[in-house]
Amino acid sequence: MRKGQYRFVAGFLLVPVALYLIFVIWPYIQTFGYSLTDWKGQSQTFDFVGLDNYKALFQDDVFLKAIWHNIQFLVFIPVITILLSIFFAFMVNVGGRSRAGGVSGVAGSSFYKIVYFFPQVLSLAILAVLFNAVYRSDGGGMLNGLLIKLGLVDPDSPVEWLNEPGIVRWALILVVVWHGVGFYLVLFSAAMQSIPRDVYEAALIDGAGRAQSFFRITLPLLWDTVQTAWVYLGIVAMDMFVLVSSMTASMGAYGGGPNHESDVMSTVMMRNFLYFGKSGYACAMGVIMLLLTLVLSVVTLRATRRERIEF
Amino acid sequence: MSTPIKETTKVPAQRSAGRTPVRPDGRPREGVVLNAFSHGFLALWALLIVLPLVWLVLSSFKTDAQIGGSAFGWPQHWSLDVFSRAWKTGIGDYLLNTVIVLVFSVPLTMLFGSMAAYVLARYRFPGNRFLYYFFVAGAMFPVFLALVPLFFMVKRLDMLNTYQGLILVYVAYSLPFTVFFMHAFFRTLPTAVFEAAILDGASHTRTFFQVMLPMAKPGLISVGIFNTLGQWNQFILPTVLMQPQSGDDPERYVLTQGLIQLQQQMGYATDLPVLFAGVTIAMIPMLVVYLSFQRQVQAGLTSATLK
Repeated sequence: MRKGQYRFVAGFLLVPVALYLIFVIWPYIQTFGYSLTDWKGQSQTFDFVGLDNYKALFQDDVFLKAIWHNIQFLVFIPVITILLSIFFAFMVNVGGRSRAGGVSGVAGSSFYKIVYFFPQVLSLAILAVLFNAVYRSDGGGMLNGLLIKLGLVDPDSPVEWLNEPGIVRWALILVVVWHGVGFYLVLFSAAMQSIPRDVYEAALIDGAGRAQSFFRITLPLLWDTVQTAWVYLGIVAMDMFVLVSSMTASMGAYGGGPNHESDVMSTVMMRNFLYFGKSGYACAMGVIMLLLTLVLSVVTLRATRRERIEF
Repeated sequence: MSTPIKETTKVPAQRSAGRTPVRPDGRPREGVVLNAFSHGFLALWALLIVLPLVWLVLSSFKTDAQIGGSAFGWPQHWSLDVFSRAWKTGIGDYLLNTVIVLVFSVPLTMLFGSMAAYVLARYRFPGNRFLYYFFVAGAMFPVFLALVPLFFMVKRLDMLNTYQGLILVYVAYSLPFTVFFMHAFFRTLPTAVFEAAILDGASHTRTFFQVMLPMAKPGLISVGIFNTLGQWNQFILPTVLMQPQSGDDPERYVLTQGLIQLQQQMGYATDLPVLFAGVTIAMIPMLVVYLSFQRQVQAGLTSATLK
């Protein structure tokens, strides 16, 4: 019996563990090793160069610029997405007419949830094509077309949304926000609905207004969800590969233009790996991305730690 | 949980008379203003979501010149010809490739993920906790960390630009989350049923497949939706692993990769309607699945995040 059980356990674990070791863990480990070599492209041989790749990395203006862009995304994407989705979640759940002294959602709240959530099931590749059309740099683009109609943009010199250093990153942020708000709205809605109604009623009896009940009750009780949302949006902001590589002007390969103004770590890494063939150097970038991701998670969890409230 | 407090002093009856509800002190209710305000904002954002999508679908009926001319022209010919052109230009193949990969990768992910999660959740053996954290840790690392060696690993296995290569990689990279989620789920299942099955003489394997797995169905649905969407929308792994390796190696692009490829081609060939028709075709299955299983999709994706 005992022996049969071990055989069963081993049998069940064999394939998953093997797959995971071969395709996930072993490459992860190898990356650290390769990052210490001058391995190039398809060549079979390479030399150990110590920390040279890392030293070069911190003198690589393109990569440093890319880190800075990731940091900007890390700040703006979560802040804008979370604020908007909490705002909409509040509207959907408590913005309705007050019935029976309590609070209620607006009519059609499930309709809004269905519409808002839809972008979440579309692939980022579809979003890239869609927003390339929206941001088209002539009157045929939706945004320029609209602004020309409203008389806000000169038809002879429309805005090049994806080719202006000062605009391109905001244009990308908007796509991520457009994509994410519905998802986080549903997430925050679920959290808001799990707050017992008696808490609101008690506050109402004590004379709290809507604003007060939002800031004093809803928001503090949502804190755990905000934290989760922040970590997930942070991961999105650290990636950005699909949108940057397929929406912005090419800096050789994988977007990043104009003049590296939209480059992020992932696009610089992929360019070095598949376009320049600098495998060892790309591995060092992968390691830096890992370190920054870990720092991000620790900082987020630390900075947002609050006392847990059970209800 | 609680019963609504019955209103006695306020005047709900007036609402039916079509007048603005008024508080006893004469001020209009705060709720009415807020209601109009919320509807305004909510409707605005709904428009911001729907309009670009509808506009893109409409654009596929236009001509290339029309698309470049003005953003708000109406299509002149409602011909479905562009969709068949898009299908032949590659969308059909891309869709087929994606389906071929997912038909294998999603069930295999679910099978291997549940198997590993099950033994880790319900059997005591040395190294159990280590293996669990070993799996879960994988979910924390960015995929970019592994890309370079992964490429050469798949190359050495001679599986670059093959379905089986991508399938195995998809399964491997979906395991951490699947194991994590299903582990939590299997832990909550009652022990009594398991013991009854064993006492009745069922083997461990049989107990898993015929008793425990069916009980875990809600969890399997959630994580299944999560994995299906994740693998359907995956871009970076096929970009690295599914490039033709030589002149006579056929293209086996998946949908996401193919759309970006088509975007480049159609940009040069100035045939944007084909691109937009391609995107429309790519959106249709998502729209149908989403509208039919809207509740499960939302619940699946969000509960997956919250675990």
